[in-house]
Amino acid sequence: MTAMPSSALLTATGLTRAFQGLLAVDHVDFAVQAGTVHGIIGPNGAGKTTLFNLISGLLEPTEGTVSLDGRPIERLSAHRRAALGVARTFQNIRIFSEMTVLENVMTGRHCRLGAGLGGILLRLPGFRREEVAAKEAARAHLAFVGLAEMADRRAGDLPYGDQRRLEIARALAAEPRLLLLDEPAAGMNPAETRALMPLLRQLRERGITVLLVEHDMHFVMNLCDRITVINFGRRIAEGTPREMRENPAVIEAYLGTKATSRRGRGAVPVTTTTDALG
Amino acid sequence: MLAMLDDVMWTYQSVVYSVGINGILALSMYVVLAIGQLSLGQAAFMGIGAYTGALLTLKLGLPFPIVLAGSALVPAAVALLIGGPTLRLTGVYLAIATIGLGEVFRILFVNWDYAGGALGLSAIPERGSALLIYGLLIVFLVGFLALGRSRIGRAMEAMREDEVAAGVMGVNLPVYRMAALVTSAMLAGIAGALSAHVSSFIGPNDYGFDAAVTILSYALLGGIGSPLGPVLGSTVLTLLPEVLRPLADFRLLINGMIIVLAVLFMPRGVLPWRMARTG
Repeated sequence: MTAMPSSALLTATGLTRAFQGLLAVDHVDFAVQAGTVHGIIGPNGAGKTTLFNLISGLLEPTEGTVSLDGRPIERLSAHRRAALGVARTFQNIRIFSEMTVLENVMTGRHCRLGAGLGGILLRLPGFRREEVAAKEAARAHLAFVGLAEMADRRAGDLPYGDQRRLEIARALAAEPRLLLLDEPAAGMNPAETRALMPLLRQLRERGITVLLVEHDMHFVMNLCDRITVINFGRRIAEGTPREMRENPAVIEAYLGTKATSRRGRGAVPVTTTTDALG
Repeated sequence: MLAMLDDVMWTYQSVVYSVGINGILALSMYVVLAIGQLSLGQAAFMGIGAYTGALLTLKLGLPFPIVLAGSALVPAAVALLIGGPTLRLTGVYLAIATIGLGEVFRILFVNWDYAGGALGLSAIPERGSALLIYGLLIVFLVGFLALGRSRIGRAMEAMREDEVAAGVMGVNLPVYRMAALVTSAMLAGIAGALSAHVSSFIGPNDYGFDAAVTILSYALLGGIGSPLGPVLGSTVLTLLPEVLRPLADFRLLINGMIIVLAVLFMPRGVLPWRMARTG
């Protein structure tokens, strides 16, 4: 594990989002330290994706603030936050299927490109240079996630696991300071999940702060520097993976007071949870 | 004999003009469909352009380049005004709102005595030429091809595929929606002014719902994988009635059947080719 830097890149204070009276996110406070991998875990429906939408600008909070490096961003639209360095992937993959893999990643770089209309229409040197550089950067990101060979394929034709990695490459193309990964390992096979872990560690070494939601406890416990646990929209615990394993509130949220799962499809299997927490 | 030849030439010339003008209208449709918006205001913008152009020529006698500029700017201003409230709508709601817009302007023209009221404007001097019409069409077409292969083209296609994801990538959605609508209005306005100055007569009922659907069908038939698709679509749909003329009474029936079959069996258009998005 890398040493824990002390400055918070992202801070949420009293963050609340109500949907017709239902508090999906209920006065949540947390801070993500720069240069760390920070996990958010919690049972299905706990409010994790809503939290991501509040941070990335797809939703505005009912109450509370989100700040990036001390600057409040909770009222900015998604594209402004992208420019400030917030990038994300989606739980239900949202790649641009008709585009090629390379074009997807270049689209991810949109917020870093500035060629004007005149330059584009007249193919001026400045525009050409920017395009060449964007293409090179996109290829480098594809190589990083292991999709270099796929650059010219139609994105929608990629297998599921590759589409997830494409989304990560597309998000990286924005040169984010904060990368939000919504269940990056969902639907991946064990080998793909194992391959994802060193990739995310490398991101941390590059100085990219990662905030991730994930259900695979082994993945979260081994990768994250800190974990925030959410249940029914509230933060119920926060700490290191070791602390979370031993936290009674966390154990109760995952296992219930009886050691039987009451939750339906897609819930964390009890065995996995017991292994990870115990 | 000579009179007949003259007649054929006249017919031929008007088709040549129509193919070029409808090509510009097809591009006006393309630019909104390319970002995933279904706007049916193109006919109204065309009408605004046609009336602006005809009035500037007839009442003020301005030179044609200035007339054309005015015919682009007035619809653009209208697009800016209506864009604020309507662009919050998406999908079929935007389509309905823009159909309403067309109806508002039709009624406005019918009751506007200065612009000829229900009789429209006639004796508009002929100012367009095939060279000018096709020159403009090619400039616009090349412009869209260049734009398509850039960050702007990628952003537009991204919006069409998934607006939420496009926004997260940093695409300024309201600005792109407004820019597409204004560009569309300018192109339709120019096409309207050109058609007014080659047909010598315009009336308030030329730019209603029928015209809106015809313009949409250019893009549907051609496909929107590249700007070439809609232009091909408009060319086919403009020439088809002429080519089918020997069928006499069956002409419109066959014409309609060809369109229905094309849409059924070629849902991505006659030209499904998708242009590359890297510059």
